[in-house]
Amino acid sequence: MRYILRRLGFYLAALAVAITINFFLPRLLPGDPAAVILGTSAAKLTPENLRAVREALGLSDAPLIQQYGLYLAHLFRGDFGISYTYFPTPVTKVIANGFVWTLLLGSVSLVLSFALGNLIGIYGSWRRGGLVDTVFPPLLIFIGSFPAFFLALGLLYAFGVKLDWLPISHAYNNRLPQGFNLPFLLSVLEHMVLPATTSVLLGIGGWALGMRNVMVSVLADDYVTMAEAKGLKQIRIMFVYAARNALLPGVTGFGIALGAILSGQVLIETVFSYPGLGFLLINSVNGRDYPLMQGLFMMITIGILAANFLVDILYTWLDPRVRTG
Amino acid sequence: MNTKPPVPEAPGSAGGPAAPLLEVRNLYVEYLTPRGPAQAVHNVSFSIGRGQVFGLAGESGCGKSTIAHSILRVLRPPAVITGGQIRVDGADVLKMQDAELEDFRWRKVAMVFQSAMNSLNPVITVGEQIDDVLIRHNRLSPAQARERSAELLKIVGIESARLKSFPHQMSGGMRQRVVIAIALALNPALLIMDEPTTALDVVVQKDILRQIQQLKAALGFSILFITHDVSLMVEFSDNMAVMYAGEVVEMAPAREIFSNPIHPYTRGLLSSFPSLQGRRRKLTGIPGSPPDLVNPPSGCKFHPRCTRCTRLETEAAPQLTEVTAGHWVAYHDGLRLTEAAA
Amino acid sequence: MSNSDSRPRPALKLPGANALGTLLGSPKAQLGFVIVLVFILAAVFAAALAPGDPKKYVGKPNQPPSAQFLLGTNPQGKDVFRQLVWGSRLSLLIGFGSAVLMTLIAVVVGMVAGFYRGVVDDVLNFVMNLFLVIPGLPLLVLLSAYLKPGTVTIIFALAITGWAFNGRIIRAQTMSLREKDFVAAAVVSGEPGLSIIFVHILPNMVNIIVGGFIGAVTYGIMASTGLAFLGLANTADVTWGTNLFWAQNGGALMIGAWWAFLPSGLAVALVAFGLALINYGMDEITNPRLIAERNIQSVLRQARLPRMRATPVVPHEH
Repeated sequence: MRYILRRLGFYLAALAVAITINFFLPRLLPGDPAAVILGTSAAKLTPENLRAVREALGLSDAPLIQQYGLYLAHLFRGDFGISYTYFPTPVTKVIANGFVWTLLLGSVSLVLSFALGNLIGIYGSWRRGGLVDTVFPPLLIFIGSFPAFFLALGLLYAFGVKLDWLPISHAYNNRLPQGFNLPFLLSVLEHMVLPATTSVLLGIGGWALGMRNVMVSVLADDYVTMAEAKGLKQIRIMFVYAARNALLPGVTGFGIALGAILSGQVLIETVFSYPGLGFLLINSVNGRDYPLMQGLFMMITIGILAANFLVDILYTWLDPRVRTG
Repeated sequence: MNTKPPVPEAPGSAGGPAAPLLEVRNLYVEYLTPRGPAQAVHNVSFSIGRGQVFGLAGESGCGKSTIAHSILRVLRPPAVITGGQIRVDGADVLKMQDAELEDFRWRKVAMVFQSAMNSLNPVITVGEQIDDVLIRHNRLSPAQARERSAELLKIVGIESARLKSFPHQMSGGMRQRVVIAIALALNPALLIMDEPTTALDVVVQKDILRQIQQLKAALGFSILFITHDVSLMVEFSDNMAVMYAGEVVEMAPAREIFSNPIHPYTRGLLSSFPSLQGRRRKLTGIPGSPPDLVNPPSGCKFHPRCTRCTRLETEAAPQLTEVTAGHWVAYHDGLRLTEAAA
Repeated sequence: MSNSDSRPRPALKLPGANALGTLLGSPKAQLGFVIVLVFILAAVFAAALAPGDPKKYVGKPNQPPSAQFLLGTNPQGKDVFRQLVWGSRLSLLIGFGSAVLMTLIAVVVGMVAGFYRGVVDDVLNFVMNLFLVIPGLPLLVLLSAYLKPGTVTIIFALAITGWAFNGRIIRAQTMSLREKDFVAAAVVSGEPGLSIIFVHILPNMVNIIVGGFIGAVTYGIMASTGLAFLGLANTADVTWGTNLFWAQNGGALMIGAWWAFLPSGLAVALVAFGLALINYGMDEITNPRLIAERNIQSVLRQARLPRMRATPVVPHEH
């Protein structure tokens, strides 16, 4: 319990820092940020909108500390202003839409790459020098060496354009009624195949190699030797004694992996025009949509911090020593 | 071209119908290090009769734990067994394949590992770690296994509520008792104890050893007892062997070794530890450190640290020879003694 | 008594027992070195290898590879081969430059935090964990949206977002080295902290630092290529990333002009692969457990015995 509280304290502190970065970044702009915004997208804006935007960003002539207070007040009300590119939709609403898709794509590809990668790592280290252990590490390293967007484009070209098996953009079929009906859900699944495959192909190697390295050292631990001496079935030694312990470092490294997965996903979403947070982020940057950009960065950070916290809770469940320690 | 020393009839294996429970003959084990193979166990032979306690003594790294792990074939890479025989109840362990070994392990031979903290799986309860042996070998249902596990804990003096504890929630002594309970789960014929009490304080240590003696009297298993503490071993064992640099240098009934040690290394070892009972002696210890096993010294491997050796020891390796009935020693001086007596 | 198990056999032979410990002992690391070296040489001798201005319009757009244009032309009518070769200059510069910076920050912060402990460590460790959880690429995207894109800006932005991973590893290693006798002795004898860090601790971390540096180069190249592809770098520069940006921008893939895409993408992948092979190979020849396993397998193969979990029995003459 103390461990969980300590971690929670850290994430709150990290959140505070992220909020502050988000506040100061626009103010690093050379010149008046409002003028830059005006210059690039004034055409779309009425003075009222502009004022609302300035307010949402906390940009005014007031002293910095007062601007910061105003910015925090808006933030806690969940008010990030109005998006220019999706005018006049509030930023919060645009983000809420994107969040669903990012979460869906991210969790599906994460679960798949985690499960497959770890299984390959466990099996490979158990049969060291066997087929799995010889073929997979170099192969996975090679696939993982491609930039995310390049692999995405390759798959898009091969399976979407040349073979025309799978849709190449968006997250679902626009012509279908949205909701929990089979045709719509199938179209969601179909649209997810290529982006998720890209993400899994890129992620799997890291999990496999990490697991393999930890397994090699766990297999030399005394409790594994004792399990062997006990004459237990190989499958029980492999999973309950070796892998169960070897999983722990991987779970602690999860937080870092999340950041890398998200980075890859930003690029993958962009290539497949998958309407998640990453796609929105790039669109907002290209459209100089500062309110949306700021809101997205905030939301992505909060999402990553929350995911990390969930992993910490999972960790206490996996490692009994942390529960009481 | 095979210049092996003659195989000594180990104490307790005087032949006859009562074949020994464990028979180790001309065992060789090598560690394949990047510098070349290290001779961890070099031509070791001994045997243990039913219900007997056999002690293996020596400094750490002398090969005694390697022998223990060889009996169960659980030595990790880079170890390779390069020769010899290990027979348990007549079955040749070194000829077994993986599947056969799985059935053999723990049923015939169980082992109490060196460190109880590290030999228990930290992420599952101690109950599960007793259950799984019973489920695997005795085909018990989980409920039956749990019942028997509770009994086993009671035998070693732990209340059954502790089945749900994780190893880190127990004291060192308690963990060691759990490991002993796991070892006794299948009523093995041979119990290997590899430095079972090294990490514990003296009171707990004596307590646990007394308990094992009682259990042995009740259940009738044999024990291979491994420790670097010779005085403890003398108290506990029927026969014992002293090892140095992978070889047995002296082997005899424990009391004989205590009262009449011949090899200079045995003498050094005896004077390194205070005796728990009996007369006090001056503690002197042995200067120097164990030799490099990739390039061992010529002749008697102990000669660089020995104060009594002559040129003979530096050139020719002494053979293990019976100097008096049941007392074997690999020492030229010892030979001279017998020759003089003859 | 004859012993059937000790028939005379030749003594055990170990693979490359003497070559171990040197980098050249691993064929994987060798291959990695060669790949990376090829690209470094291409960058250095770009002018000789692909003479001419890579930004120049040379002919009809989207021409397939031919004798005139070795790798064809891109949608903007530029020579793809020139772009590939000249692109290696900035791409590698950004990768190695940011890696140097990342490693410097990681080494200083990690060692100071691990060595001094207490409040210093609390603060620095918080900062490291912070940079680890704040998502890197989104922050990079945000930074490049606000800052004027350029090589130096990118290098600094990459260094800021990427140093913490290695910093954490170096901190952990410093903490464990600090417990070692030779460091403890120096501490007790009153040697100043900085001298202990540089004289006693740093030399014992070379492996970790080199491994981290190689990882950092990969991160730098990958992230900068991604940013350039998204149009967030200076699109007037010639890098592998901007090459891909222009190819995508001109719809090269949709009209089947794969030659505009493949070279720069493969170049990034090959460099990253080469670097990963070096790290992987180094681990294989320095990790004692992996060496042990390999030795066993080699002995089993020589004796024509199957692989097994149990301790192998390979009788031979003594």
